[in-house]
Amino acid sequence: MSIIKVNKLSKIYDGAEIPVRAVDGVDLAFEQGEFTAVVGPSGSGKTTFLNAVGGLDRPTSGEVIIDDVDIWQLSGRKLIDFRLHNIGFVFQAYNLIPVMTAKENVEFIMELQGRSKEERFDRTKSLLEAVGLGERLNSRPNKLSGGQQQRVAVARALASKPKFILADEPTANLDSKSTETLLDIMETLNKEENITFIFSTHDARVMKKARRIVTMEDGKILSDERK
Amino acid sequence: MNIILAWRNLWRNKRRTLITVASVFFGVLLSTIISSMQEGSYSSMVDNVVKFYSGYIQVQNEEYWDNKTLNNSMEPSQVLLDQVTSVKEVTHVTSRLESFALASSHTITKGAMVSGVVPDKENEITQLKKWVVEGSFFSENDQGVLVGSELAKYLKMGVGDTLVLLGSGYHGVSAAGKFPIRGILNFPNPELNKQSVYMDLKVCQEFFSADNLVSSLIVMVKDQYDMPAVFKKLKAKISAPYAVLSWDEMQPELVQLIDSDRAGGQVMIAVLYILIGFGIFSTIMMLVAERTREMGVMVAIGMQKSKLAITMFLETVYIGIIGVLAGFAGSIPIIIYFYNNPISLQGGAAAAMTEMGIEPYMYFTLQPSVFYRQAIIVFAITSVVALYPLFMSAKLKVNQALKA
Repeated sequence: MSIIKVNKLSKIYDGAEIPVRAVDGVDLAFEQGEFTAVVGPSGSGKTTFLNAVGGLDRPTSGEVIIDDVDIWQLSGRKLIDFRLHNIGFVFQAYNLIPVMTAKENVEFIMELQGRSKEERFDRTKSLLEAVGLGERLNSRPNKLSGGQQQRVAVARALASKPKFILADEPTANLDSKSTETLLDIMETLNKEENITFIFSTHDARVMKKARRIVTMEDGKILSDERK
Repeated sequence: MNIILAWRNLWRNKRRTLITVASVFFGVLLSTIISSMQEGSYSSMVDNVVKFYSGYIQVQNEEYWDNKTLNNSMEPSQVLLDQVTSVKEVTHVTSRLESFALASSHTITKGAMVSGVVPDKENEITQLKKWVVEGSFFSENDQGVLVGSELAKYLKMGVGDTLVLLGSGYHGVSAAGKFPIRGILNFPNPELNKQSVYMDLKVCQEFFSADNLVSSLIVMVKDQYDMPAVFKKLKAKISAPYAVLSWDEMQPELVQLIDSDRAGGQVMIAVLYILIGFGIFSTIMMLVAERTREMGVMVAIGMQKSKLAITMFLETVYIGIIGVLAGFAGSIPIIIYFYNNPISLQGGAAAAMTEMGIEPYMYFTLQPSVFYRQAIIVFAITSVVALYPLFMSAKLKVNQALKA
C-alpha cells in the first residue's frame, strides 16, 4: 500500500525570461519500507521534488497525498504540525542546532511533539546508540565530525517516529568512510525497522544501496527501477 | 526549551551581546541618575516652597481662593479640626488669618501683608523664627509684631519702634492699631521682605474684628509623597462650605517650572533611549540575518513559527533584562551616595536658588519610580525591537530559508 502518492506534481519558477519547469507533471507513489534514491543531474528537479513531497515548497499544481491527506490543502500551522508528526528530514549540510548538544538536538523534536521527559531521554539514548554516538550525547555539533553530525541528523529525523524520511543529498559533504557508515546505519534501520527512506543523490554509493532508483531529468521522471 | 535556547543563542556571539548589553547598561545608569537628580531636586524645591509658607494642603472657605478677602474667611469648627487631624499622615495643623493693611511710621506709609499666626505652630511648619535677624521671635498673645527687613527699612523703623497699621476689617469695619516691633525678618525672597508683617493670631483677629475667624488651615504631612493620599482623604471628608487645596493648586508657577524642566530632562533621556533602541535593533537584525537558515530548519522539522518568534522575543528581552539589572546595580550605589551627600551648588546658581528660598543643593531621590520607569522604558523598547524577529518569523519561507 502506498504511503505517499504524488499526482501530476508541477513546480514552475518565474525565470528571468521564461518560466522554469523544475518539476513537470510527476506522478509517483512510494510504499512503506522502500529505500529509494531519486537521482539525476544538477537542475533535474530532485530537490524541488523532495521539498514539495516534504511540505517545504508549495507546488504550482498537483497533489501530494500522505496517508490520505493532501498536504498542500493544509493551513500553514497544520502543515508544520503534519511535518512534525509524519516526516523526518536529513539535510545535505546536517543543519543541527549549534547551541544544542547531540542529545538536545534529538530531544528537541520530541519536545515539540509534547512527549514526556522519560520517553524523550530513553528514545534519544537508543537512537544515538543506534547511529553509533552513544558516547557523544553531550557533544555540541562543532565538536563532532561531518559524518557524526549527519548521524545525529538521522537520529533527529527518526526521533519523531515519522512515516518516512526525506534525505536531500545526505552524503554530499561526507568522506567515503563516513558515507559508508551512514548508509549502513540507514540501511539497517530500513531493513530492521521497516523505515521508509527517500534520498535525492548523485552519489553512486547511495544508488548502489538503494532498492529503487527514480531518475529525473528536466523535472520529469525518466525511469523508475526496482532492484 | 525556548528559554534555554534563547539564552544560549544570546551568547553565541559574546562580544556583540556584551556591547549591546553595555549600551543598555549605560543608558539605564545615566537615565536613573538623571531622573533621581531631577526628581530629588523637584522634591526639595516643593519641600522648600511648601515649608516656606503655603504648606502641603490648605483648608479654606470655598470662596476664599478666588476672592481673598476677610469676608471669605471661616470659623474652623472642632469637627473640621478633628476631620483634619484624624488623618494619620497629618503631622501639623495651624491657622492663619491674612489680609492687607497700610503700615505707617511718621509720614511714611506702605501697603503690607498682615499674617496672623500661632507662633509656635507656625515656627514648627515654616521655621519662621530662623528668619529673625534682629530682635526676637514673638509668643502667643504677644501684642508685638515681626516686620520684613525691607519694609522696616522703608518705614525707617527698627526693633522697639511702634508700627501703626490701618486697614479694613471684617465686613468693612475699620481696623487700626499700634504694635511694637519685636523683630525684623529677613527672608531669602525680597518681595516678602518688602511687605510682611506677622502678628499673633488672636491679636490679628482682634485687629481685623474677625473673632475666631481664619483665612486657612495649613496642613503638613510626613512626606510629600504622602500628600496625594492625604489630599484625597481630606477631600472625601471635608465638604462645603470648606474647600481643600493642594500645594500644586496653590503654586501653579512652581508646577509649571517643574513640568518644563522635567520635559527637558525627558527629551534628553528619550534621545538616549532612541540610540539604545537602534543599538539593540541592529544586534537583533544581525541575529536574525545570521540565523535565517537555522530558523528555516526549525520550522521545517516542525517548530511552529509562533514558538520560533517567542524564542527570538526572549533573546531581545534577555538583553533588556541584563542591561537593566546591570544599570541598576551600577546606579544604586551612586544614587545612595548622592542621596546622603547632596551636591552643593556654588556661585550664581546657588545665589539664585537662595533668593527663591530654595536650598542651594542638588538633591537625589531613592523613589522606586525612578527605577521602575527605566525598566518599563527598556521593556517597551525591547518589545518594539522584538517586533522585527516576530515579523521575520511570520513571513519566513522555509524553502528559501534553507538555502540562506
